[in-house]
Amino acid sequence: MSLLRTHGLSAFYGDFQALFGIDLSVEDGETVAIIGANGAGKTTFLRAIAGALETAPEMIEFDGRRVGHSTPHEMVRLGIAMVPEGRKLFPSLSVEENLLLGGHCGRAGPWSLQRVYKLFPMLDELRRLPAPALSGGQQQMAAIGRALMSNPRLLLCDELSLGLAPVVIRAIYDCLGAIVAEGTTVVIVEQDINRALDASAHFYCFQEGRLALSAPTKNFNRTAITAAYFGL
Amino acid sequence: MEWLNILIQGGLLGGIYALFAIGLSLSFGIMRLVNIAHGDLIVLSAYVALVVVENTGLDPISSLVIVVPMMFALGYALQRGLLNFTLSGGLLPPLLVTFGISVIIQNSLLQGFGAYTHRLQQGAIETASLPIPGGIAVGVYPLLVFAVAVLAIAGLQLFFYRTRLGRAFRAVSDDADTAELMGIDNRKLFALALGIAMIFTALAGVLFAIRTNFDPAAGPIRLILAFEAVIIGGLGSLWGTLLGGMVLGIAQAVGAALSPTWQILAGHLAFLIILIVRPSGLFPRTRD
Repeated sequence: MSLLRTHGLSAFYGDFQALFGIDLSVEDGETVAIIGANGAGKTTFLRAIAGALETAPEMIEFDGRRVGHSTPHEMVRLGIAMVPEGRKLFPSLSVEENLLLGGHCGRAGPWSLQRVYKLFPMLDELRRLPAPALSGGQQQMAAIGRALMSNPRLLLCDELSLGLAPVVIRAIYDCLGAIVAEGTTVVIVEQDINRALDASAHFYCFQEGRLALSAPTKNFNRTAITAAYFGL
Repeated sequence: MEWLNILIQGGLLGGIYALFAIGLSLSFGIMRLVNIAHGDLIVLSAYVALVVVENTGLDPISSLVIVVPMMFALGYALQRGLLNFTLSGGLLPPLLVTFGISVIIQNSLLQGFGAYTHRLQQGAIETASLPIPGGIAVGVYPLLVFAVAVLAIAGLQLFFYRTRLGRAFRAVSDDADTAELMGIDNRKLFALALGIAMIFTALAGVLFAIRTNFDPAAGPIRLILAFEAVIIGGLGSLWGTLLGGMVLGIAQAVGAALSPTWQILAGHLAFLIILIVRPSGLFPRTRD
């Protein structure tokens, strides 16, 4: 069954239209990648799903319910959590406080402080430090942990690899496996196509605010992706 | 010894200035709201206390059990019903709206109570004093107000750093958009923030009105003193605000010792000098 379905999802920044009628669906428990060039609308799509952009009620269907036009905190309560681009940890909070803040909505589920520390043992050692004292990779782990603390059914990950060393990126993507094993549905947005395709079962390619290609990741056709990616 | 006396009396005077400033500091720190009506809300609290005292026979300090919840409710409603709608368009809309509220409060008070000055009577405590070594006498009431300011700030620090709600306030202060994405209902939190700010505003209003005459136009000068205490201490630092209040109080006491006409001006001059020497205040926290 589809956990998330969008119907003609359009989104605007003021007068500028960033998304044009996106129809896609994400199955429960599946990992889906959204790829595309800069400005293709990937981040906008995630932000719209998270409730940060104005949408009509029927545009977003989550777990069979029309949830468009909800506020971000309502989306979190429904079970949609976001790992924002650039981590966006709260600088005046410690690592542990950042994680606890992620659990503010009080949704029940498998994730707790202990579970997050088990997934990212490094954070346990750093838990008293202020968030800006962490390295980029550690901050990314904290940002993922913070999102997990709300016990989401759908985890939206925006540019997990941004600005990180390849070895760190690999470590973080390895952890995604443990998250998916809990039954969490994951949508990843990435510039790094290979990374995104390795981690996902299905991918969507965006181009200038429109859906250019949708296919299972297995046996994908590389030229088709290139064409959809660059709009050739 | 005379100068020591001036330092002590001035420092204690800083307690009431710090209390004036706490509400302003909270609303700016959490929602970046520059509340121009803050001084008038202090004066409004004093009038509310006046009405409560006259109708119930309670003394002013006991009237706080009624005044504080009323002002909390007013703050909550004001933010939820009005100010929340002004926060998405930059700094100017809330500035204009709170300026309008300031005008409305002043004129409503003038309409309802006239232009007479009032004072709340607490009784013997107002004039009681404690002798301390060196031949200096310290007023019991200023000491009490100072102690209230210290306790208020210590309590707020505990609240911000030890409670779940306090943590949410700090996160929203850092980055309101991301906080909302993490499941925090900013609008409700902002309403609570102004409600909490008004608790301290009510406290400041009643304690100030026991010490000083007030009239409907007394708000703006309290606003300026509050601003000065916040800026001297550094935005976002509550202990800095207490120190800012003390700097103002001491400057006024020194000015008054030189010549009575210099009292108020000396405080403003101290503020201007600190603004020139350390534009971000003594203990800056907020970085935007």
